[in-house]
Amino acid sequence: MFRLEVRTSTPAWFNLALPLLAIGATLVLCSGLIALAGAGVLEAYGVMFTASLGDSYAITETMVRAAPMIFTGLAVAVAFRAKFWNIGAEGQLLAGAVASCFVGAIPMPGPLAMVLMAVAGAAAGAAVALVPATLRVKFKVDDVVSSLLLNSVIYYALMALIEGPWKDTFSGYPISPPIEDSANFPVLLEGTRLHLGVVVALIAAPLIWFLIVRTTLGFRIRVTGENPEAARYGGINVERVLLSTALLSGALAGLAGVGEVGGVHFQVMSDISPGYGYSGIVVAMLARLNPLGVVPAAIFLAAVMTGAEAMSRATGVPAFLSDVIQGTALLAMLVALLFTAYRIRRVGAVR
Amino acid sequence: MPTPAPLIEMRGITKSFGAVKANEAVDLSVAPGEILGLLGENGAGKTTLMNVLFGAYAPDAGEILIQGKPVRITSSADALAAGIGMVHQHFHLAPRLTVLENLLIGIPGKAGRIDRAGGLARLAEIGRQHGLTLDPDLAVSALSVGEQQRLEIVKALFRGARLLILDEPTAVLAPTEVDGLFSALRSMAAQGLGIIFISHKLNEVRALTHRCTVLRHGRVAGRVDDPANTTSAAMAQLMCGHEIVPPARGASTPGADVLTLDGISTSQHSGTALRGVSLAVRAGEILGIAGVSGNGQRALAEVISGVRAPDAGQMTIAGQNVSRFSPREVQALGLGRIPEDRMTTGLVTNLPLADSMVLPRIGTAAFSAKGLLKPDAIRAFAEAQIKAYDIRCPGPMTRAGALSGGNLQKALLARELAFDPKVLIVSQPTRGLDIGAARFIHEKFLDMRAKGCGIIVIGEDLEELLVLCDRIAVMYEGRIVGTLDSADATIARLGLMMTGAEGHS
Ligand SMILES: Nc1ncnc2c1ncn2[C@@H]1O[C@H](COP(=O)(O)OP(=O)(O)OP(=O)(O)O)[C@@H](O)[C@H]1O
Ligand SMILES: [Mg+2]
Repeated sequence: MFRLEVRTSTPAWFNLALPLLAIGATLVLCSGLIALAGAGVLEAYGVMFTASLGDSYAITETMVRAAPMIFTGLAVAVAFRAKFWNIGAEGQLLAGAVASCFVGAIPMPGPLAMVLMAVAGAAAGAAVALVPATLRVKFKVDDVVSSLLLNSVIYYALMALIEGPWKDTFSGYPISPPIEDSANFPVLLEGTRLHLGVVVALIAAPLIWFLIVRTTLGFRIRVTGENPEAARYGGINVERVLLSTALLSGALAGLAGVGEVGGVHFQVMSDISPGYGYSGIVVAMLARLNPLGVVPAAIFLAAVMTGAEAMSRATGVPAFLSDVIQGTALLAMLVALLFTAYRIRRVGAVR
Repeated sequence: MPTPAPLIEMRGITKSFGAVKANEAVDLSVAPGEILGLLGENGAGKTTLMNVLFGAYAPDAGEILIQGKPVRITSSADALAAGIGMVHQHFHLAPRLTVLENLLIGIPGKAGRIDRAGGLARLAEIGRQHGLTLDPDLAVSALSVGEQQRLEIVKALFRGARLLILDEPTAVLAPTEVDGLFSALRSMAAQGLGIIFISHKLNEVRALTHRCTVLRHGRVAGRVDDPANTTSAAMAQLMCGHEIVPPARGASTPGADVLTLDGISTSQHSGTALRGVSLAVRAGEILGIAGVSGNGQRALAEVISGVRAPDAGQMTIAGQNVSRFSPREVQALGLGRIPEDRMTTGLVTNLPLADSMVLPRIGTAAFSAKGLLKPDAIRAFAEAQIKAYDIRCPGPMTRAGALSGGNLQKALLARELAFDPKVLIVSQPTRGLDIGAARFIHEKFLDMRAKGCGIIVIGEDLEELLVLCDRIAVMYEGRIVGTLDSADATIARLGLMMTGAEGHS
């Protein structure tokens, strides 16, 4: 018989081993579904791998997809550290996209436009995140519910915008007017879509790590998340920390939207995000809320998404498998996290 | 007391947590009808040993025998089935359910239906036998701590426990409640139950137990066969390996008022509100606040710490009006605080100990500059305090929650005293601490007093207050009913005032 026993400390190598374990378990579990869909498991995973990481072009495509999830992953990681349950990265991303598209459509010098797009997008995301945080701080409204519901509000507001004032009068499609060409983020590698925003995302991760680990704000975020009562007695203004966290988290999610507008789509449409905000939760959990871990976790999910499309074309397994893998990875990681707090012991060894 | 065949016997129990040997080759036995005291310093391994017996931990070696037969206990369900009940320090009750529902949890009903009538009958019977009466229909959240403990005991009896383990049951009780507990335990022992009683209060151990087993560093350091006729000093010596002398409180000449409260009232928020509390602490003085807990002590500590703003009245520190100051602002004026509840309002158990140690002063130049932490300074501070106060832990990066109670208390003390507070507010400073650790803490308070710090000690343990304090104020239902010089105070007089009788000073 086996049972769980509480641990007092977690070995450092767990940080690496657990996500790998979770990913391994996910691939094993999902292979059953692939087989069910009538395809060869190894073949399907093989196609997924080649299509997402097999050559340099595939790698750039995966990175382009990873960038928004790095931002939303950071947004969620920061928020969850403070136990501000921000499930609203999706809505904050959309708000960021709309704001940056609005700014990007105004004629001005390119570099200035890009900076202002980022500022506007971050501000919009932050403003949206402030809503659930304020509701929680002032009225004790559950932030999970309010931030989640706000996603729909923002989504339908976006739809109203592109079906209404922004609607393309020429084609009649529900898409916004494009941003100025000069505002398009520069492409870093000829012949690929690898844009400046990807690099910004890669730089953001260590910056946020530094903020969490080395600044007083980061300290207050961590303490508030772990024990708000001790924080309050220790002279930390818990409400202010929660609001600051929300601003930071929302701004990061907003930047995910900025990157999609400035570097990938150059306009806003209804499906500008295939759920990058929700994937951010998976990314943050796989990373164990460590900002540095967000980068590999986002790249993994991006590879799954890119790979799943190719696999679907090659083997006929529905591309929905990508969603299943994401969901399974989240569950597997939650189970794996149990092992940071508990160890499994074999019992019956008495005498 | 004759010794019949042991009810429970533990032989050669060894249990390690990583490098820490919490128990090493421990032998222990309890006879039917016997109350066994289990003594030892903080971290000696008492709780671990009982958790092994109760099936929460699997021992690395050793065996457990019930009435001479070896048994394997691998879960609390096994333990309950074997007739072992345990009352933990932190209760395991469902707060929204009623007393009766809590009793019936996990008890198979008749044909899938809850046997309410049978439950009620048993509850009434247990109440009659041992004086453990409880209202079956009250929700657990409405019970006092003492009543919750009574429910835990009844729960164990309900499931047919023949051995009852109580881990520091008196730490959470008011002195009057202790008497009720003891008479119930004596009545249970008279019926042939075995009882294991853990406590750091040696006078309780001497009054209640028939025999004691003393642990030191995980091993059995000795046994006491006649606790009633053994001095506390002798038991303390067994526990610590050396003599413990109580500190002497020399005379002091108090200076000016460092903290005053004038007509402070709070609104009903959680717990008892304050109703016009006035008091003053002078430099170089220790003021005790005696009272049964739940009479406004919590609100008092919150107001003084700046966590709660009073509705009326004025508070000053060193002459400055601080009634509306935030916790950070009163700290900056030299207020130090050692909370009652180490785990909830004091420390952050999931983060490294060093983080908890610098928490109240993280924004000061000592630990950060321009919003950036100084990790080396933080670490060095924590290391220095660990050394100065002999806090037993692997290092400053240990998770705070892994430390034992005594060591946590030392850490909290260290973090406040390192900054030479002008006023110190302390709640139940030695609750759950062994007498060596308590002695150490008392000494530190007396040192601070000599340095001119004004100290407020909120407590229920009158003996402790009498040893430590220059004056003792008694709190009852949110008011100060009187203040006595400790030279004039006796336990009887304070006890009377704690029930609301007006005192005179
Ligand atoms: N789950 C655990 N993991 C690691 N170490 C532990 C664990 N539980 C206890 N310890 C360590 O084992 C030793 C014995 O702890 P235990 O809680 O049994 O002491 P105790 O005698 O009950 O002390 P106290 O009087 O403070 O309650 C201590 O050094 C403690 O730090
Ligand atoms: Mg203990």
